[in-house]
Amino acid sequence: MKKGMLKQILLITDGCSNQGEDPSAVATLAHQQGITINVIGVLENDQSEQPEGLEEVEEVAMSGGGVSQIVYAKSLSQTVQMVTRQAMTQTLQGVVNQELQQILGPNQSIEELPPEKRGEVMEVVEDLGETCDLEVLVLVDTSASMHNKLPTVQDSLYDLSLSLNARMGNNRFSIYSFPGKRKDIDKIMDWTPKLDSISSVFPKLTSGGITPTGPALRAAIQQFEKKRNLRSLMTRDESAREEPGY
Amino acid sequence: MMNQPGKSQDIEVRPGTFVTGKWYNRSYRIVKKLGAGACGTVYLAEEGRKHVAIKFSLNSSSITTEVNVLKTFQKVQGKTLGPSLLDVDDWVQPNGNKISFYVMEYLRGKELTTFINEHGHEWLGILVVQLLSDLEQLHHTGWVFGDLKTENLIVTYPPAKLRWIDVGGTTQQGRAIKEYTEFYDRGYWGMGSRKAEANYDLFALAMVMLHLYHPNRFEKGTNPEKTLLSKLQQTNELRPYQSVIQKALYGDYTTSEQMKIDMQHILMKSTHTTTNYSTPSRTNKRKHQVKKTVKSSPPVRQSKYLWEGMGIVVVVCMFYVVYILLQWI
Repeated sequence: MKKGMLKQILLITDGCSNQGEDPSAVATLAHQQGITINVIGVLENDQSEQPEGLEEVEEVAMSGGGVSQIVYAKSLSQTVQMVTRQAMTQTLQGVVNQELQQILGPNQSIEELPPEKRGEVMEVVEDLGETCDLEVLVLVDTSASMHNKLPTVQDSLYDLSLSLNARMGNNRFSIYSFPGKRKDIDKIMDWTPKLDSISSVFPKLTSGGITPTGPALRAAIQQFEKKRNLRSLMTRDESAREEPGY
Repeated sequence: MMNQPGKSQDIEVRPGTFVTGKWYNRSYRIVKKLGAGACGTVYLAEEGRKHVAIKFSLNSSSITTEVNVLKTFQKVQGKTLGPSLLDVDDWVQPNGNKISFYVMEYLRGKELTTFINEHGHEWLGILVVQLLSDLEQLHHTGWVFGDLKTENLIVTYPPAKLRWIDVGGTTQQGRAIKEYTEFYDRGYWGMGSRKAEANYDLFALAMVMLHLYHPNRFEKGTNPEKTLLSKLQQTNELRPYQSVIQKALYGDYTTSEQMKIDMQHILMKSTHTTTNYSTPSRTNKRKHQVKKTVKSSPPVRQSKYLWEGMGIVVVVCMFYVVYILLQWI
């Protein structure tokens, strides 16, 4: 019954980090531990040019083995679910590629196969993407400039759970915001299979201009570990809670 | 169609370029660009003298998935579902870049909206019934179309035949819809899940019908369900199909066949009780206008009253019996 489990952090931000360690370095670290980092940069609807500092978005995602996208707030919903799905496929393809290299030797990847074989491999990747379990930790930048985008973020997270819960595999989501009041990140919602109760959780806001993306990412990675430790302590409890809530 | 201000998947190939496959060496001459989508660009090309459509994508996995879908279509009898697949290959550009592509039959036709505007609104019902038969066939093979939208439908003529052109969203039943467009997605409207089920396609089809008369689409507002219903009621051209569309929006049809039967019923009826909803210019042009008759409605109404009356009598009788019993006790 043991299926694969994918771990992702989805970072939603509108600016560049200005405090603490380099987020790309933390992302690299996360990737090495099997956690994929996806980053979405949100633009104001009337913003015509890309503001400075948003290049970081792509850097962090690349370091974290994930997908990045810069979008207008109004198209956030579709982007959030697309980025998550794309990153899943990408991770699974990576895994399959590794297996292929072990069987067929180095320099063999899906792209190097003739089209027919590639089709068969892609079917396997798709099956995995449909059935594997997924954990997404959403990390939302709640610094002052994000203020009027938060309702849209909320909608898009609800939409994300709608998309992912249509899959056969199980999902678990949690939401954290940064910068936190005292710590690097604040918990908004603990691990849950469905995100339809998020309507009331977002009003907590911090103001001020600091964006400590690096430390926040590090703290987010620790949430996965914390959970793992807890899980090993009370395996039974967890397996009961893991029932998907359709 | 999808909003990606950050990255553009658009692939520019100059007309006149020869594209030769790496694996099978078939060669195509590019004629012009036909369109660009979320995960690829489609060009019209020639192989010898034959016109074909080529889809290029930087993302070879999306090409591979679409090819897998097209292949399953070809196993289906009749194979009128979607364009037929001719070739799959990689193109190595002179600068060393590798682009995956597949080649399909080129369907020369008009967009659904253009066709209806040019040929008259009476075609809508007919084409929808046709599409429902195709969907029925597709659903029977265990697949759901997914990204059904006006832009993905073209009409080849004559004989008028509605064909779908982009199969990127086609998903096995029971799985999560692979690709969708918000306006046509029931999840976006809060009217259901994003699981691939027959009625997911039927919802999208209902939205296609609405979109024809609201070409600029509309926002979902604070109460999406109410928005949908009021838009439907406001659309005079769709009045004959209103009940069917409403049922499709609510997911009440579990198979395309049920919806098709209801549509056909309306189409057959409308030749008697003519409801000519076409635009005035169109009506003038058409010679065989059917005269308006209202004779078929009274009997319907009479039988409705009859049932209503009987219901009232039964209820009154029941109360009376209860009353008598209570008296007796």
